[in-house]
Amino acid sequence: MRKLALDDEILLKVDKPARYLGNEVNAVYKEIHEDTIRFAMAFPDVYEIGMSYLGIQIIYDMLNRRDDVYCERVYSPWTDLDAIMREKNIPLFALESQDPVKDFDFLAITIQYEMCYTNILQLIDLSHIPMFAKDRKEGDPIVIGGGPCAYNPEPLADFFDIFYIGEGETVYYELMDLYKKYRHSDMSRYSFLREAAKIEGLYVPMLYDVAYNEDGTIADFGPKYSDIPEKIKKQVVTDLSHTYYPSKPVVPFIKVTQDRVVLEIQRGCIRGCRFCQAGMVYRPNRERDVEFLKSYADQMLEASGHEEISLSSLSSSDYSKLPELIDYLIDVCSKKKVNISLPSLRIDAFSLDVMSKVQDVKKSSLTFAPEAGTQRMRNVINKGLTEEDILKGATEAFVGGWNRVKLYFMLGLPTETYEDIEGIAVLSNEIAKAFYSIPKEQRPGNGRVDIVTSTSFFVPKPFTPFQWVAQNSNEQFLDKQRFLNHKIKDQINHKSIKYNWHDVELTRLEGILARGDRKLCRVLLAAYENGCLYDSWSENFKYDMWLKAFEDTGVDPDFYTLRERSTDEILPWDFIDAGVSKQFLIREWERAKENIVTPNCRQGCSACGCKAYGGGVCYEN
Amino acid sequence: MKIRIRFKKEGTMKFIGHLDMMRYFQKVFRRADVDIEYSQGFSPHQLISFASPLGVGLTSEGEYMDIFVHSCDDSKTMVERINQHMVEGVSVLSFKQILDETKNSNAMSLIAAADYIVSFREGRCPDSLNEAAILQFMSLNEIVVTKKTKKSVANTDIKPMIHSLAFENGQLKMRVATGSAANLKPELLVSALYRMMGLELNEFDLCIHRLDMFAKDSQTGGFISLDDLGADISGKR
Repeated sequence: MRKLALDDEILLKVDKPARYLGNEVNAVYKEIHEDTIRFAMAFPDVYEIGMSYLGIQIIYDMLNRRDDVYCERVYSPWTDLDAIMREKNIPLFALESQDPVKDFDFLAITIQYEMCYTNILQLIDLSHIPMFAKDRKEGDPIVIGGGPCAYNPEPLADFFDIFYIGEGETVYYELMDLYKKYRHSDMSRYSFLREAAKIEGLYVPMLYDVAYNEDGTIADFGPKYSDIPEKIKKQVVTDLSHTYYPSKPVVPFIKVTQDRVVLEIQRGCIRGCRFCQAGMVYRPNRERDVEFLKSYADQMLEASGHEEISLSSLSSSDYSKLPELIDYLIDVCSKKKVNISLPSLRIDAFSLDVMSKVQDVKKSSLTFAPEAGTQRMRNVINKGLTEEDILKGATEAFVGGWNRVKLYFMLGLPTETYEDIEGIAVLSNEIAKAFYSIPKEQRPGNGRVDIVTSTSFFVPKPFTPFQWVAQNSNEQFLDKQRFLNHKIKDQINHKSIKYNWHDVELTRLEGILARGDRKLCRVLLAAYENGCLYDSWSENFKYDMWLKAFEDTGVDPDFYTLRERSTDEILPWDFIDAGVSKQFLIREWERAKENIVTPNCRQGCSACGCKAYGGGVCYEN
Repeated sequence: MKIRIRFKKEGTMKFIGHLDMMRYFQKVFRRADVDIEYSQGFSPHQLISFASPLGVGLTSEGEYMDIFVHSCDDSKTMVERINQHMVEGVSVLSFKQILDETKNSNAMSLIAAADYIVSFREGRCPDSLNEAAILQFMSLNEIVVTKKTKKSVANTDIKPMIHSLAFENGQLKMRVATGSAANLKPELLVSALYRMMGLELNEFDLCIHRLDMFAKDSQTGGFISLDDLGADISGKR
């Protein structure tokens, strides 16, 4: 029998012991030799969330293809086990070998959202690895971070040895080769990191100095040594049809959030919505070959036994071979009795036809993300969707049998007026009106329409045209939310509209961390020491403990959120070359202020800078 | 065609709960390309029914499920094919046909008893536990225990639910009533035994292993293993 890091008594006491066992179908087991590079790939959230993330499955598969590397998985212990591990001094372990992470060569942590930062500290702390990179010695694992939040790594700079900026498929092998040289030489940890910093896309924060102005803004930022690059270039896989993809995904025992085969059909997005960080940093848009996807769909279904398959990408309707791919999947999946879970598609005749084929129309709902309530506001954010598109799509859907609609909007967008906010209520009402204008006997369901209107609060993100703007204060957000709530109640069809909103306190913290600098490292540590953990789980979120952390460390949270930056300020993430140029972002910010829409990448090139990567939509014609 | 599968669950798999085991087997059957029957409707599901669920933390070599298939190979081939798609800790022991396809033959409804071996974690076996204590326990006229369910608390005499009990090689071996009519969990029996001995049971003291499950044999009045109610399949069907 495999050894386990936790004894029976602990495993029978904690919730869902399967989170900590490994042994899943397609998990990789290797013999460990003297030369094996041991790589712990961690997701700083609970197993069910982490196992749903495709990126880890890709890196897990890619690294384990090498005989000299053994990549294992690590997830955050839930709070029940966290307490036991602290009490009994049990070090954090990897699922496959159940060996302590502190004995590994690398601890890699994917950083998917700001509100998991305290969980990152938990992973390092429970592993019994020194919290600060500067305190780590030879023999301690190299702690490396990657993922979308690594585009502004500064609030985490003190805790990581290396950040990997961009897509994981490109330079990990190079890093492994360098590590092999290092471990068999008398090179110090510090010199290894200096060498690693020369690999394109890798950022070693301890090799860079920051100087601040009196007002707290950055005066100067740069490398300590002349052979260390000033700019870190985002890594991009140019050809997504000839690269690593896991044909045998790991299949969990317990139900996880994405309990299905996930086919990533493309990366990046042609749309250029100005609030969307993913749409900017994942440029250029690159499609995977449809034959590649068909073949992986077959292999992954066969190897996993999953009963569901889903497509993953930004703006999936823009994938040029979508009809062909879906036809193929419908054919294969009906034979295999596999369900198809569709991504949210632009509502039109095609998507309605597809949806009616693969879903139970009575149970499913339509999703629209207009993001803003008026055309003026949608022009500002460069969201192409028009009211006409929405009403036409909704009406077609109602005739086709749907009677549930979900609408997603944001409050607090730049230049927003109360008229724009009222527009959200008006648009929701117009959709209801479209439903009730269908003759009674032809209306689907019980003859009523259910509209769920949700708003989130806008958080400005790095590498977007809105990276300079001030975030709304909590008071502004709440005032807007109350205003909208009243306006929805004023609508004729208000009984058909349900209004949902997001948590304002979480939004404020997300905003602080998103555009934060190195000064936040000590706040983060203080919050963690105050007991903050699993902040994205509302039952665990301790806002007062975060506020106390700011107070105790003397850091002003409003500096990060409420301040509008000038375009010539040195931003904490300026040393990263994310592909989109600063000139492009400034251009887009100017156009936003003038309500001018920018065409998408297929309509015309806006010279964002990503053509330099030599692939994708930029070279379609 | 109705098939009964006997399987074993041990090692780390003892921490995987019953519902997750059902999901696990559904995926196994897909991977192994078992020609299983599906229900009708928008999201069809496999026709599988499990006999008496095993609690988390217990191991077993006598678990059963009934499935319906359109076609299959001989028993030996099917056992091998399914076991190629297993994780460590679970394996199929037999794959047999049940000729009676009515609900009367369902493993779930037939179960009347189960055999268990209860062993003690290191150093946890009480010194006073010996054959004499078992003899004394079994000679009691009634053994009343308080059974707590979600809805109620009731006193039950478990004596008639104990078909046999022995202490051998430092382990307790027992056959107890199992199923919808009467059901006795081994830990409840052991805690009653402890109480008679003036001891208190700590739930982590025991390792419980299910050996097999039985139906009442209508002809002899004795018990017959659920496995023996099926017939080996000799060729492709």
